[in-house]
Amino acid sequence: MSTGNMNLTLKVWRQKNNNTKGALVDYKLAGISPDMSFLEMFDVLNEDLITNGEEPVVFDHDCREGICGMCSMFINGRPHGPKDLVTTCQLHMRSFKDGDTIVVEPWRAAAFPVVKDLTVDRSAFDRVIAAGGFISVNTGNAQDANSLPIPKMQADAAFEAAACIGCGACVATCKNASAMLFVSAKISQLALLPQGQPERYRRVQSMVAQMDAEGFGNCTNTGACEAECPKGISLENIARMNRDFASAKFVSEETV
Amino acid sequence: MSDINSNIPEGELTSKWTKYKSSVPLVNPSNKRTIEVIIVGSGLAGASAAATLAEMGYKVKCFCFQDSPRRAHSIAAQGGINAAKNYQNDGDSVYRLFYDTIKGGDYRAREANVHRLAEVSANIIDQCVAQGVPLAREYGGLLDNRSFGGTQVQRTFYAAGQTGQQLLLGAYSALERQIGMGKVEMYTRHEMLEVVKIDGKARGIIARNLITGEIERHFGHAVVLGTGGYGNVFYLSTNAMGSNVTAAWKAHKQGAYFANPCYTQIHPTCIPVSGDHQSKLTLMSESLRNDGRIWVPKKKDDNRKASEIPEEERDYYLERRYPAFGNLVPRDVASRAAKERCDAGYGVGASKLAVYLDFKANTERYGRIEASKSGIHNPDKETCMRLGTEVIKAKYGNLFDMYAQITGENPYETPMRIYPAVHYTMGGLWVDYNLMTSVPGLYCTGEANFSDHGANRLGASALMQGLADGYFVLPYTIGAYLSKEISVKAIPTDHPAFVEAEERAKGILNTLINIKGTKSVDHFHKRLGHIMWEKCGMARNEKGLNEAIQDIRALRAEFWSNVRVPGSADELNTELEKAGRVADFIELGELMCIDALNRNESCGGHFREEYQTEEGEALRDDENYAYVAAWEFKEGVNFELHKEELKFENIKVAQRSYK
Repeated sequence: MSTGNMNLTLKVWRQKNNNTKGALVDYKLAGISPDMSFLEMFDVLNEDLITNGEEPVVFDHDCREGICGMCSMFINGRPHGPKDLVTTCQLHMRSFKDGDTIVVEPWRAAAFPVVKDLTVDRSAFDRVIAAGGFISVNTGNAQDANSLPIPKMQADAAFEAAACIGCGACVATCKNASAMLFVSAKISQLALLPQGQPERYRRVQSMVAQMDAEGFGNCTNTGACEAECPKGISLENIARMNRDFASAKFVSEETV
Repeated sequence: MSDINSNIPEGELTSKWTKYKSSVPLVNPSNKRTIEVIIVGSGLAGASAAATLAEMGYKVKCFCFQDSPRRAHSIAAQGGINAAKNYQNDGDSVYRLFYDTIKGGDYRAREANVHRLAEVSANIIDQCVAQGVPLAREYGGLLDNRSFGGTQVQRTFYAAGQTGQQLLLGAYSALERQIGMGKVEMYTRHEMLEVVKIDGKARGIIARNLITGEIERHFGHAVVLGTGGYGNVFYLSTNAMGSNVTAAWKAHKQGAYFANPCYTQIHPTCIPVSGDHQSKLTLMSESLRNDGRIWVPKKKDDNRKASEIPEEERDYYLERRYPAFGNLVPRDVASRAAKERCDAGYGVGASKLAVYLDFKANTERYGRIEASKSGIHNPDKETCMRLGTEVIKAKYGNLFDMYAQITGENPYETPMRIYPAVHYTMGGLWVDYNLMTSVPGLYCTGEANFSDHGANRLGASALMQGLADGYFVLPYTIGAYLSKEISVKAIPTDHPAFVEAEERAKGILNTLINIKGTKSVDHFHKRLGHIMWEKCGMARNEKGLNEAIQDIRALRAEFWSNVRVPGSADELNTELEKAGRVADFIELGELMCIDALNRNESCGGHFREEYQTEEGEALRDDENYAYVAAWEFKEGVNFELHKEELKFENIKVAQRSYK
């Protein structure tokens, strides 16, 4: 069915469920086109497996345009593979060579348990957001949008932090499985905006507490998260979060 | 002519909604605490409704098939969201937004619903900004706007090319806040497989836990479906891989009418298909048409590179055919014009199924402005291009990067190649003014319903409708129904109706697993997509549609006898999930063709080749087809037509012109 001429060897992590042990399994693939995306290459593999009566590899994916944050493959030791600023679904086979061997593993972190094959459970991220990653404003409470001018630089900086897609690459690549880049991006987005000020110090305390409760590790300033983030979220956010966390102990009357 | 009641309130168009809101029955706070609402879907329409209903005090359960509510496909919307704020002082108003939307929809939408949408549009922007959604701003700190197709004002708010992402994350944060407070129970990786009806009313759902395969029963006093559109019936579309019609289709099979299924939006600016392996198509935002000029060579089968074709040998066909709107004509018009040029032999690229979207002229123009800002007089072309590229990069950088990543070409140097692709479905479950389907207690919001876009949706209106429905419309209208349900106690899920619905769902899963045929689910999905694209796509005709109906029936028979679903039903089984969805797409595909065959006119996204003007524009038949076609499901995959007459009392119906 495919039209290309690349031959590949895949070593793919197969694991039936969270209660069983997994292992890398070898697969040979032929006729891969350089125009295929990495996930389309997996579609070809799965079509072959189904035709041969085997079970296809389960992996998370949805939008396939780099924005939903669902795809999550650890490719040759790097989350989302060899290219910078790209998610797995936007990685194309032209980034590989004919004859390559490619190792594909799930995100590895205690807080992201494996569900099956390459699929992991990232619900810890949702719980961190539920702990404080919002502005408490009910529907119907808002004033006119332009009654609160926000300097463009500040709005743009908030947007850059808000561009995080919640994929978890930062956790997967971190030797400590720290979620600080993810958590700090949300904290920064809201701390940079005037709307976020009333809950600023309460927010940082609750979100950090939840992050710790989920079992994510601490930050040791390696910077792998920033280097591997498909959306280029900056380490500055972690610095901002740490500053706010420290300040919270002094300025906030609330302890969360 | 109508045999269904849309429950539009009496009175002047402009005061209907205000009056409705102040007279709709309320539910008191202590009763709200015991009333349970089920929301299926966590995109803009689902998450906003779930958060708002929980804030109001209802007990809410929300379901999504992804691993987190933040993944819903609303996240991929790029360009923007419309609102009648008139911040640009360019003469915008609620009436103009209403008018543009009705006209853009080719006079096939309900006036009262669209006017309400325009009225609440401004509240949406206020709400999102209050939530901390970082919309684009000007240096003065105020919100920025841009133009979108089918309008002559700047009313589109945006966040770079990621507006949907930012709005969804806003709604998601509101939802997570309610989850954290224990007011919403969130069920991720759950798929709705049945609607449960008791005494004719929707009273719950059957859902499958996608991780364990367990089938669960959930009660609700009312059920809301915010489950998105059905564009994936074409296999290749700009929708996410998981986007599906299953929830809406199961509701349809339980009595909810499906309205105008043939109205599909083919978006003009998508990255062209590159090969058989392709799994999805990627949109290049309509906002690019603000600065990109669309052209093809004047000469047929011109194989020169774009850069080698001189200006006078280029045909800027949209500017030529529609001087008033130029490159910013509505999507249906732009798509058909691209198809016309390619069919006539003027297409570009290897497949010849593409046209150019060229940023050079505007890059140079921006460069000249930048040069003059920094005091460079008479800048050379190179300087202009260099400075202008920076401006283009700031506006559309992420889209250009995405294009380069997918095609391997640099769009800053060569024009983009684009071609139309399936993007949005205007049809959906029929709802009345209250957003209630023809099943009492079953509501439908966002793209999943049919209500606001007529036969063609204008750009930046999907986000507006999803959030309007979820934040500002449904929370009021659902009260009208729930206020009569306060004495109903939660019905135990061992009720026979739950048992029976669960058996139906399990029966389908077991059948699919046990067919043990020879072809994969994707194999059938691709074949369905091919039939739909060729015969029920950008242009349709009677002969093709009749053939398509036969082809789809044959495909359905083959699917149910020869599909192969590996694995079992009691584990994470993505092939089983896909099989259930494709089975529903096959039935829907047939209904789309039946609907397209029934509608002997062309309007918006529905173009019947037999009905066109001499200039090749869509030719409506207002005398015979100014109605909503609402189809009722009948045993054995048959459909009965009901009509809701569309009355235009505030707008003069005219031949749509963008010339």
